[in-house]
Formats: sequence, structure tokens, C-alpha cells
Amino acid sequence: MKPRDLSDLALRNLREAILRNSLTTLGIAVGVASLVAMLSLGVGLQQLASKRLSQSGLFDSVFVTPRMNLRGMGRDAMPAPTDKPPRLLDENARQEIARLPNVVEVYPQIRFFTEVRYDGKPFATMVAGMPASSKASGSFDGMQGSFFSGDGAYETILQSEFAKELNPQTSALIGKELVLRYAERQSLPQDSANSSATPPSSNSASLPGGFSVVPKEMRLRIVGVVDTEPASGFGGYGNGRLLIPLQVAMTLRAAQINDLRDIVRGTASAQTFASLTVRAKGPAYVEALEASIKNMGFGAFSLLDASKSLATFFRVLDMLLGIFSSLALFVATLGIVNTLVMAILERRREIGVLKALGASDRDVKQLFFFEAGVMGLFGGVFGAFLGWLIGRALTFGTNVYLHRRDLPSVEITSVPWWLVLGAIAFAVFVSLVAGLYPASRAARLNPVEALRYE
Amino acid sequence: MPPSTPSNGQPAIRLDHISRHYTMGEAVIRAVDDVSLDLPTGEFLALLGSSGSGKSTLLNLIAGLDRPTSGAVIAHGQDLSKVSSLELARYRRQTVGMVFQSFNLLPRMTLEENVELPLRLAEVERGDRAARVQEALGRVGLGKRITHRPSELSGGEQQRAAIARALVNRPKILLADEPTGNLDSATGESILTLLKEIQKNPGMTIVMVTHERPLAERYADRLAVMGDGKLLSNGAAR
Repeated sequence: MKPRDLSDLALRNLREAILRNSLTTLGIAVGVASLVAMLSLGVGLQQLASKRLSQSGLFDSVFVTPRMNLRGMGRDAMPAPTDKPPRLLDENARQEIARLPNVVEVYPQIRFFTEVRYDGKPFATMVAGMPASSKASGSFDGMQGSFFSGDGAYETILQSEFAKELNPQTSALIGKELVLRYAERQSLPQDSANSSATPPSSNSASLPGGFSVVPKEMRLRIVGVVDTEPASGFGGYGNGRLLIPLQVAMTLRAAQINDLRDIVRGTASAQTFASLTVRAKGPAYVEALEASIKNMGFGAFSLLDASKSLATFFRVLDMLLGIFSSLALFVATLGIVNTLVMAILERRREIGVLKALGASDRDVKQLFFFEAGVMGLFGGVFGAFLGWLIGRALTFGTNVYLHRRDLPSVEITSVPWWLVLGAIAFAVFVSLVAGLYPASRAARLNPVEALRYE
Repeated sequence: MPPSTPSNGQPAIRLDHISRHYTMGEAVIRAVDDVSLDLPTGEFLALLGSSGSGKSTLLNLIAGLDRPTSGAVIAHGQDLSKVSSLELARYRRQTVGMVFQSFNLLPRMTLEENVELPLRLAEVERGDRAARVQEALGRVGLGKRITHRPSELSGGEQQRAAIARALVNRPKILLADEPTGNLDSATGESILTLLKEIQKNPGMTIVMVTHERPLAERYADRLAVMGDGKLLSNGAAR
């Protein structure tokens, strides 16, 4: 029989027992809906987590250090990725890295411990420089006040825990000024370094100049208070409770922890960075970028492995959600078997007539198979829609809950096209498998007995 | 008298020592027991016999709906006992048309759809089907009833529609299993008149199972009488 005739007859048969077939199809739809809803939750949560992590810059960043920095620490030696000699991580290096393909920005991590005076009282805290790009990281969403007005603005954003130390009414801080006290590093000429009181060592004459540390003050206007910790996390912007524009932080030339190391290494004359954060256009470029940077003679690492582990975790989660929600679909397939076996009983005589008129076993089998497939297709389409609807309801319910707690809205479910098409294809496949037994049973019917059946 | 055998001398149907046995528990039922019969092309054979004599079983064997336990059923040169089930289905589609006592029209379909069914199974082009259906229904006098469902027709009309369905694929053999069994005598006669008319088609061979001997004698060319699965007699009707 030609496919069109086959479909005509199958659809006609399905229409004849519309109630039963609709209920069976609804069963499949419920199964598919639970599958789609569960997987959409898995996908949605994964997207939410990925989005947050991608905004945090953790997974599209390469953390660059002078290569020798990573030696020691109880390890014998770094596996040598390149023959290039270790290089200083200075401004030249920064610019060179910035010219690499797919690099969005390169910025140093500037953070230093210091004292802040507000309302005449001293407070100790950690200052961190924030690049302008951090505004888009999502960390500043829902903050009080506003982000820095410019890269070079003498403004600060306070982390709320710290802000509460200054004034429990944090909103009252916005617009006020505070005084930042810090130690400015000033280079000394080489001869002054050699004239230090320290007893000279055998090779001290070859060392370059050191630096002096001069206390300085700076007035900063508080423009915002943020609940999150935008400057926390590895490869991020450094832990900090008092955030200032990175440009401002760089011009301060505040003494940092690595300065002492620079003196020992004899590199104190040029400003170097303890580390640089390189942001790639996306996580996909991180691996190549990391290799290029290592090839330039720097130590580089990223959280790509952690990102891969996260993806694996969500795959396992999706699989588990899929398995549990497939149970409903499995029950629905029993419905298909039941419906088709009933249909064989009811249409026994009709099958006999068809065979007497020349239908082959294959024709009869295909007819039942097709009916199962159509129920699967309709159930799949309706189920995917229903699943999407459940997903929307879950998101809506979650957001109502979050709004009541003054938290921002989130999309916890997501129904991508592959999920819709995959669910429909799965429903059809499962229905066809369910139709195997009834179809072959119908095909095997003895026409003489079938025609005798009343 | 229509032509008796095709030019190659083969009969339309040759039954060569065929038997069909069923086992029920330990008992063996010999529904058809060693029957041999040649039916020349173009003849109208009436198979007579009492209930349970094996005449319907024999008809099913000729129809390719059943296979003999032993012996050979040769229809137009094809040994049905040896062909695959797929070839047997093709034989049922192309070589034979069947008419049943209870008409066996599909109640949910209109006459047109019922008669179109064998054309669908034979994969006849859609464009040709309407004309063939109209022709077949016109021939049995139901050309104006094509949109009716079987339940809207009388018994005689339903049997005519069933005959149209049996003929629409232009078979060489028409098999009728008690075609008048559910009809009053006048309607039954009109059906037999129609069958007699159909027999005039060149090369059309008809086998009819009936237990109404007077009707068979009047319309059939040859009578074969069965009893207890055996062929008791086989000869010209008049």
C-alpha cells in the first residue's frame, strides 16, 4: 500500500475510536510533558548557572602570573610547556597579551590592604580595582546607588557588609565622602638602594634600586553599595570590600604584596603585576589563549576544567531527570499497547476482510504501526507544548516566590528547539516500539478465523 | 457456453489431491479430504453440500486465504501451496475477487471507499480510481449510491456493492461464499443473474458455494457436491 493510502486508512481508524485514541494520546502527552518539563528545568538551571558564571568572568578568563611564580608550592617543577624563558609581567607584557586574538581586555589585579577614614573614625579594609567591564558582570545588578561614572572617577562602591560598619543605614552613605589612606610606592635611584643600612652581601652591587613607601590620602565619593561580592573569587578582581575604578587603582601606585618580591628579584625599578586577568571573547577561546600565553613565557591557567566538570554535572542531572520523567512515558506506552490490542480485537473481522481483498501481512502491520506512530506524534507535539507550559508555570511560581523576598527574577526553565524536536522524536520512537507487538499480532491474524469472527 | 480452457490448455483452477486437516486436541478433523478437481476457464461452478461438508474450506483454499495440509491448488498456473505469503496476498489482490454471505463491507466507509479499498491495496494510481469505482458500481446498478454507507442499503444492494468491490481489480476468478444466504429468494435470484452476467466477461471463472441446489442448477454450468470433506460428485448442471 502506498504511504498516502496507509496514512488515510490509519487516520480514519484513529478517528473512528476518537475518545479512546485521544485518551491514549493524552497519556503520551502527559509522559512527554513531564519529560520536557524536567529536562527544561535541567537545561534552564544549567543556563542560569552558566550565565552567572560567565558573567562572573570565571570561565572566560585566563589567570596570568610570572611563570616562576607557580614553582615551589610543594611541587617539583611545572611541566615545561615551552622553551621560552620566564618573563616579567609588566606593562609591555600586558599590552602584548592584549593584542592576542579573541582577547577582550587584560587588566591587573590590584588590591591592597589599607585604612579608611569615615566620619573621623578609622576602618581597615581591602581595596580592589574594578575594570569597567565588571559593570556588565551581573554582580552589580540590584545595587544601591550607581556604578562608577567613569574609569578615572574618584568614586567608590562599598560592599554592604563593610558599608554597615560605616553606617548601619547603608543608603545614607551614598553621596558621602571617605578618605582612603594608602602607601604609595616611589622608586629610589640605584645608589640610594645600595646605601641602605643593611650589611651588603657579596653581590649587592649588581642589584637595581628599591623603592620607598610614602603614606598618601585620597578622598573618594561613595556612589553605591552592593550586596554581592563582585571582587571575590579566583581569577576575579581580588577580594575587596572597597571597590574603586581600576584606572584609579593603577594610578595610585599603592604598594602591594608582590613589591617585596620584586625587590628581592631585582625588578623593583619597573612596575610589575602579581597577576593579570585576561578575558576572552568566550569560554571557547580560553584553551587556545591559555596556550598562547604560556608560549609567551608566562604562567597561565583557567577554570576551564571546572567549567567542564560543571557541564558533566548538568549532563548527569539531565540524565537522571530524564530517566525519572521517562517513567510516565513508559506507562503511556503501555496505554498504546493496550489501545492497539483492543483495536485488533474490535477490528478482527476488518483485518480479515483486508486480507481477503489482498492486504499482505506487511500492509496490516504497517497500518497498526502507523496508527501507533501518529498517536506518538500527536502526543509528542501536545506533550512538548504542555511541558513548555509547565516550565513557564515553574518559572512564574519561582519568580512570585523570589519577588516576595525582594530577589531578582530568574529563568529556571528553558525549552530549546532540540528538546522539543527530541521529545517529539522520542515519543514517536517509543510509540513505534509500543506498536511492534500489536502490529505483528494483527499481521499474523489468520484471515479465515478473522472473517468468521463476529 | 463460454470458452472452456485458455489457449495453453491449463484449467483456471486445478485441485490436485488437496486435503485440509485441523487438529482439535487429539482429534483430526478432515475438513477437505483428498479432493481433485479441474475447473476450465470461464466456467461457473457451484459447490454444494450440507453444513460442515468442507465446501467453504475448499473455497478458502482456492481464494489463497488458507493453505492445504497436502496436495496442490493451482490457479492460472500458480501453485498456491508453494508461494510465499506475500505472493499469496498479491494473488488475492490481482487474480481473485471474493464475495461473502455477510457482505463484509466496512460499515464506516461509503460504498465508494469500500470499492476503492482493493485499488488502494493494489496501488492503483489515485487518478484512475474514481473512474474504476464508478464503473464497478455502475455495473451492479449502484452508480448513484456511491456516497451511501452500507447501513443505508438493503441486503441485496450491499451484496451488489460487495460484488463491485470483488470485481474492481478485474480478477480472473470470482469466488462467492453463499452469496444469497442472507437474502430473500427474489433478491438472491437477482444476485445470481448478476453473477451470470459477470461470467460473460472473457475468461471469468466463478466458484460459488451454496446449499440451494435449485438455484445452483439454474445458474451454474457445473455442480460439485461435497460431503464430509470429500468430493462426492462433479458434473454439468444441466
